[in-house]
Amino acid sequence: MANIKTIEKKSKAQSMGMHTEVLTGRTQQKFFNPDEAENFYYFGTYDVDFNKRTDLDVMNMSAPEANKEIDNLMSQGYGTIVIKNPQGKHSLGVGILNKLNLIFEGSLGYFGMGSCDGPIVRINGRVGWSCAENLMAGKVVIEKNAGSCFGAAIRGGDLICKGSVGARTGIDMKGGTIIIGGDAGAFTGFMMQRGRIIILGDVGINLGDSMYDGTIFVGGEIGSYGSDAVDAELTSSDQDWLRRKLKVAEIGEDFDVSKMKKIVAGKKLWNYDNLEPTEKKGAI
Amino acid sequence: MCGIAGLIHRGKSSNVGSELQGMLQALKHRGEDSTGYALYGDTDGKNFIMRFKVGENVGEGSSSVMEDVSVYDERKKIVDQTLSEMGAKIIKEERTLPYSLRYEVDYETKDLLDFSQRIESIPGVEILSMGKSLEVIKDLGNAKMVCDRYSLDKLVGTHAIGHARMATESGVDIKSAHPFWGYPFSDVSVVHNGQLTNYWNNRRVLENKGMRFMSECDSELIAVYIAQKMREGASLEEGMKDSLTGLDGVFTYFVATKDSLGMAKDTMAAKPLVLYESDDLVAMGSEEIAIRSVLPHEIDTYDPFDGEVKVWQI
Repeated sequence: MANIKTIEKKSKAQSMGMHTEVLTGRTQQKFFNPDEAENFYYFGTYDVDFNKRTDLDVMNMSAPEANKEIDNLMSQGYGTIVIKNPQGKHSLGVGILNKLNLIFEGSLGYFGMGSCDGPIVRINGRVGWSCAENLMAGKVVIEKNAGSCFGAAIRGGDLICKGSVGARTGIDMKGGTIIIGGDAGAFTGFMMQRGRIIILGDVGINLGDSMYDGTIFVGGEIGSYGSDAVDAELTSSDQDWLRRKLKVAEIGEDFDVSKMKKIVAGKKLWNYDNLEPTEKKGAI
Repeated sequence: MCGIAGLIHRGKSSNVGSELQGMLQALKHRGEDSTGYALYGDTDGKNFIMRFKVGENVGEGSSSVMEDVSVYDERKKIVDQTLSEMGAKIIKEERTLPYSLRYEVDYETKDLLDFSQRIESIPGVEILSMGKSLEVIKDLGNAKMVCDRYSLDKLVGTHAIGHARMATESGVDIKSAHPFWGYPFSDVSVVHNGQLTNYWNNRRVLENKGMRFMSECDSELIAVYIAQKMREGASLEEGMKDSLTGLDGVFTYFVATKDSLGMAKDTMAAKPLVLYESDDLVAMGSEEIAIRSVLPHEIDTYDPFDGEVKVWQI
């Protein structure tokens, strides 16, 4: 929670008498010393061994039961867990803030792998809506198709779907990379703020609608551009990065990236420097 | 939030009543105010099957007004008399519940508009479905409760669509429950997940063209809209494609006829749908767990894209 303090230095709005307080949030504080990165662990995380492997059949488990059991196995040092019979259940594998090699032998429902930070995940099936929402770091690979809101609001990591995805892929994303081997639906990259989306196939209408920042690369046809989404020049460094990324993602390694389209924000919707309506009144 | 599910067997019949019950029960967390089935059973095709109600379920959670059961008997008598006056002969009669009836009717005339208008002019009476194969069964409660109440698990047929409803924009009652019959077309039914924002504009236009609305549920508009397009000569698929621009809002809906099943998704793709398609079976639902109830093994499914319309034949 940010602290509210009164300070001497006044902003433009304060100098007009609109308010007197200033927010000094956590983003302005120094929390960590980068030199001590190896000591950064979430509370309750485990030291696991990738060579220690086990299977977990979740056929007759609810999602909370399955997720608790994954946590229990990690606490025993298992670094590779194979989930059997996920059966399209919702909310499997959520909230894993640990290094872990996780394999699903089947499909997931909604919100699979949501709010994770660190695991390497392979899903040998399909995923429903909002897969890997809020992913912070790690890698999630889906071997088949994905539903809508794929990678919503991710902040980091690599999210890869070898098939096609639904609408609003990468909505509100704030970092990381999303790679789609097939086609993507409408409103891909809607309100994205940072990060990159790569689509090797076609994409639907309103691509990059109201995007603040970030980059979208498209290999196929574009249904239509969204508001303030514009073409940009595909540079040689872009192409190098695309080749590397597709190779690491085990997807489209031979794809001719030189013909891809690059879409960025026109930044004509940016209003950060404008005054609020009430402030405008005060300025008149 | 509501859940919809549907399946069509191609080239064979199956126990669609039980299969749809499993699919809808898997979606009960999306709403269990009411559940409805549109089942296309194996029949000899000679007589019409008329499912109708002479009152509402006034059980717990219902928004309907309590009526004396004797009123239902009076209404039934008037229905019987009206059928007789129209030259329709009741071949078989089942009264599953005091307010819910199933008639097999020998009726030669193909135009069901006049037929339906006369039956529904009886206060408190609504035809839930009319067709040679279609039977719409809907009531309050989740899929299993409705299935058990009406003994639907033994019904054998080729295809079916259904709906698990969370009431948001109209009452908790049978008249607002899905599926909706595509009045006045024989064997046409619709289920919908979403909200329509130009309901009243479209309703006024369609009422002026002689179509009827039995509820204030926005989803009913889809059934009437498609039926009107078909009245004007459009095919089912043409009518559905036209609805993508004619209907405003967010929607995924299914339409079924005697020998086909179709789906349409709005241009914003705001409502979910997962689809499984093979040579002998198409199954679809708001969530994959619905499909898993009939196909527990590993399968390939996908989400149809925005503005997509698909129709399958039996």
